[in-house]
Amino acid sequence: MAAKQVNPTRMELTRLKKKRITAIRGHKLLKDKRDELMRQYLDLVRENMEVRVKVEAGIKSANRNFVIAKAGMSEAALNTALMAPKQEVSLEAGDRNVMSVDIPVFEYKMRTADENDIYSYGYAFTSGDLDGAVKSLADVLPDMIRLAEVEKACQLMAAEIEKTRRRVNALEHVIIPETEESIKYITMKLDENERSTQIRLMKVKDMMLEEAHHYSEM
Amino acid sequence: MYKIAVVGDYDSIYGFAAVGLDICPVKSREETRDRLRQLAESGYGIVYITEKAAAELGGALDEYMEMRLPAVIQIPGVSGNTGAGVQGVKKTVEQAVGSDILFGGVGE
Repeated sequence: MAAKQVNPTRMELTRLKKKRITAIRGHKLLKDKRDELMRQYLDLVRENMEVRVKVEAGIKSANRNFVIAKAGMSEAALNTALMAPKQEVSLEAGDRNVMSVDIPVFEYKMRTADENDIYSYGYAFTSGDLDGAVKSLADVLPDMIRLAEVEKACQLMAAEIEKTRRRVNALEHVIIPETEESIKYITMKLDENERSTQIRLMKVKDMMLEEAHHYSEM
Repeated sequence: MYKIAVVGDYDSIYGFAAVGLDICPVKSREETRDRLRQLAESGYGIVYITEKAAAELGGALDEYMEMRLPAVIQIPGVSGNTGAGVQGVKKTVEQAVGSDILFGGVGE
């Protein structure tokens, strides 16, 4: 049964055959795209999990240090100490193209190269714990940026994989079978027409011969 | 040239100011949402958000997932790790693969 009504003509048949070839090629290409995306994605997502676990542990210990530092000094002193940061991070976002998915690549620059510029205060009124806390946070920063990069890539690729998978499935289970069904229907219909024409011709020929020679009367 | 911001309750994020990130202390859900939108529109490449603030936002975070920038990344706050970040990674695996085949046992 044809899924939808098609005109049983040769032109339609040619059109459908072309459509089928395109669909099959598209299906193959998309399937390859999906497989390759998936391969890269699985590597990336493993790294994502690794970096995330590391960052979370780093932030956790940094937070603990901050709590200790806060306990050792007054809130006002702490706020003053961190009020005017000397250091500033700026971010450069490049582009990486993975199977036509645009993935940002982050590169960060500190405003000053001096790694001691993370301490934005004189050491006179702050506790030593604060130095350690700030240092521990600064140590996590590169991993945090890497995490942002990898996690964003994973999110974008996951969305793309989902889209591609749907397209592959639609082609495989809907478009291609439907087209083939229609092609079959048209072929059968055309064959049937041809047979019916042939039979009619044979019949006419019989009748004409009968007219001319009167075989049945002999 | 992009900048990096950290969104969350003040106690969780004040330390990031020292290492050179912009901090945006927020208190309510509405404030978080508006701040996030504002940051996304004004040239921030990465926005770190505490898991607690992100949980309050709920679905509003998903719209940033498919954008190229900013990357909105959940980090644990001072009140502890809720596991939402790890959950987020698992969610992308589920989205891509169909089911979580990699980290079935991690973080539970």
